[in-house]
Amino acid sequence: MSAPVVHVSGVRKTYRSGSIEFEALCGIDMTIDEGEYVAVVGPSGSGKSTLMNLLGCLDIPTEGTYLLGGEDVSTMSEAQLAEVRNRRIGFVFQQFHLLAYLPAWRNVELPLLYAGLPRAERRERAVAALERVGLGDRVRNRPGELSGGQQQRVAVARALVTEPDIILADEPTGNLDSASTAAVLALLDELHDAGRTIVLITHEHEVAARASRNLVIRDGLITDDVLVGAR
Amino acid sequence: MSWAETFRTALDAVRSHRLRSALTMLGIVIGISSVILTVGLGQGAQDQVKKQISALGSNLLIVSPGSSTSSSGVRGGFGSSTTLTLRDAEGIGDPAAVPDAARVAPVSSGSSSLTVGETNWTTSIVGTTTSWLGVRARTLAQGRFFTGAEVTSAADVVVLGADTAAELFTTPESPVGQSVSVDGAQLTVIGVLAASGSSSTGSSEDDQAVMPISTQKRLTGSTTSSVNTIYVEATSADTLSAAYQEIDALLLNAHGVSSANADFNISSQESLVETANSTNKTLTVLLGGIAAISLLVGGIGVMNIMLVSVTERIREIGLRKALGATPSVIRRQFLVEASMLGLAGGVIGVLIGYAGSFVLPSLIDQPVSLSAIATCAALGTSLALGIGFGVYPASRAARLTPIDALRSE
Repeated sequence: MSAPVVHVSGVRKTYRSGSIEFEALCGIDMTIDEGEYVAVVGPSGSGKSTLMNLLGCLDIPTEGTYLLGGEDVSTMSEAQLAEVRNRRIGFVFQQFHLLAYLPAWRNVELPLLYAGLPRAERRERAVAALERVGLGDRVRNRPGELSGGQQQRVAVARALVTEPDIILADEPTGNLDSASTAAVLALLDELHDAGRTIVLITHEHEVAARASRNLVIRDGLITDDVLVGAR
Repeated sequence: MSWAETFRTALDAVRSHRLRSALTMLGIVIGISSVILTVGLGQGAQDQVKKQISALGSNLLIVSPGSSTSSSGVRGGFGSSTTLTLRDAEGIGDPAAVPDAARVAPVSSGSSSLTVGETNWTTSIVGTTTSWLGVRARTLAQGRFFTGAEVTSAADVVVLGADTAAELFTTPESPVGQSVSVDGAQLTVIGVLAASGSSSTGSSEDDQAVMPISTQKRLTGSTTSSVNTIYVEATSADTLSAAYQEIDALLLNAHGVSSANADFNISSQESLVETANSTNKTLTVLLGGIAAISLLVGGIGVMNIMLVSVTERIREIGLRKALGATPSVIRRQFLVEASMLGLAGGVIGVLIGYAGSFVLPSLIDQPVSLSAIATCAALGTSLALGIGFGVYPASRAARLTPIDALRSE
């Protein structure tokens, strides 16, 4: 077995606003192995968004270390973090975050653009990723011409296209109706079955139930770590 | 990320916000086109003045009388005295005294009424010698100029300006050979001058009657040998100042005065050109200054819109950063966008300026000369404006942290 994809030890995150300090994470230790499908659950204000930002290398911890794929990212500069995000992480956001003025495939190729790949290869891989999420016939459509569920699948394709170490989904079904939610969750299941490492952040228990492992976070601490055997 | 990709990304952003991009460019477009036009107008006016002045004759020196001082000590203005005489003109014409003078034409001028049948026309009378035609760089449309013999004999001949001939002779037949009544004398028209098209010092060069100076003196009953102006043509443009010195020395000596109270005045075309050009230059600087201010305003417009664009696209910036764009890539993208807007505005401004240079002359009767240097400078300026005023918005975009940017609604 190779090194864990995510290894977090003693991570604290303190936000400072003037003289007021607020500790969002008060010492997190966790390990996620390759191929795991982890749901981070907790009420709002529990620190799960902060954890998501740290796991996504969008922010660095105040204290503690974070090894992503064996690489210590807790002390990296902004430019280094950008490179790590590009290479190792695929993001799926609640608000999709697609660029409205670009067709689907141009949205999907964006991470490859920043990786510096040539245009022909980018296009080929973007189209393949769109086919992978079942949108092979929507390559040239702009986000505005797609339903919410389709838009989120474009976003999943964008997360997949770089073959990242980990897919980070932050409330991916928060803006979707139940049919689209089912479609997106089915897609995540499929990706999990194909061996992808997925970290999902949610406050919906039905969504969390789809994962293989639930991390419950409350007041900046992990209070529960359960394997979901149902599936 | 390569420059080509950055360029493509910026182009997508510019193209997808058409109205905003167009409004951003508007300030630059107006600024650049007004710079092109004002510089063109100034240049055109200078060219025109140069052309008009050289049409007066080449390498020309104009000697005019200075101020006169009456016995009571009252000094008149320049040209009020009658200090120049035919003898002065002969002196200047002497190659021993003024070796750099090629030709000399003394002019005694006045104003008279010319009558042909029922038609009469008042015009300026130019009494001069045969060299006038060459010195003033004029040509004849019909007939001939008077000869030296006709000057000596004070023959009753006259050469008319093109406009004068047209006023007096309304019939299509040639005026040459017909007679004109001037101050009671009957003069035969022997030639008509070709139109010069220019007017100097207020009076038209095409409305005059030229006759031998002896004839003019006889008609006006003048017994003096004074002349109003002596036109001197230097042998070349290089000897102009030498000729000036020689004439100055000769006349000071002949009139027995020191240079401090010289009773004559020598001017050259160059001084005329200089005066006219300095006026034009002042105007061009003034107009150019206004145009430069509008360019500055246009540049601030670019910065304003780019800042709005950064705010409006915070989430896009956050997303791009999350997907792996480094701060420098984001900065570059916004800089390229700003310079693209600046340069595109500049190109459109140059095109409008060029179009205006074709339309404007027919509206305001002013020539517009376009210069390649001004055009290149305008384009360079617009690019620099885009870059210069894009730096601040671009660095603001680059500094945004991805989480804050993504979370913003």
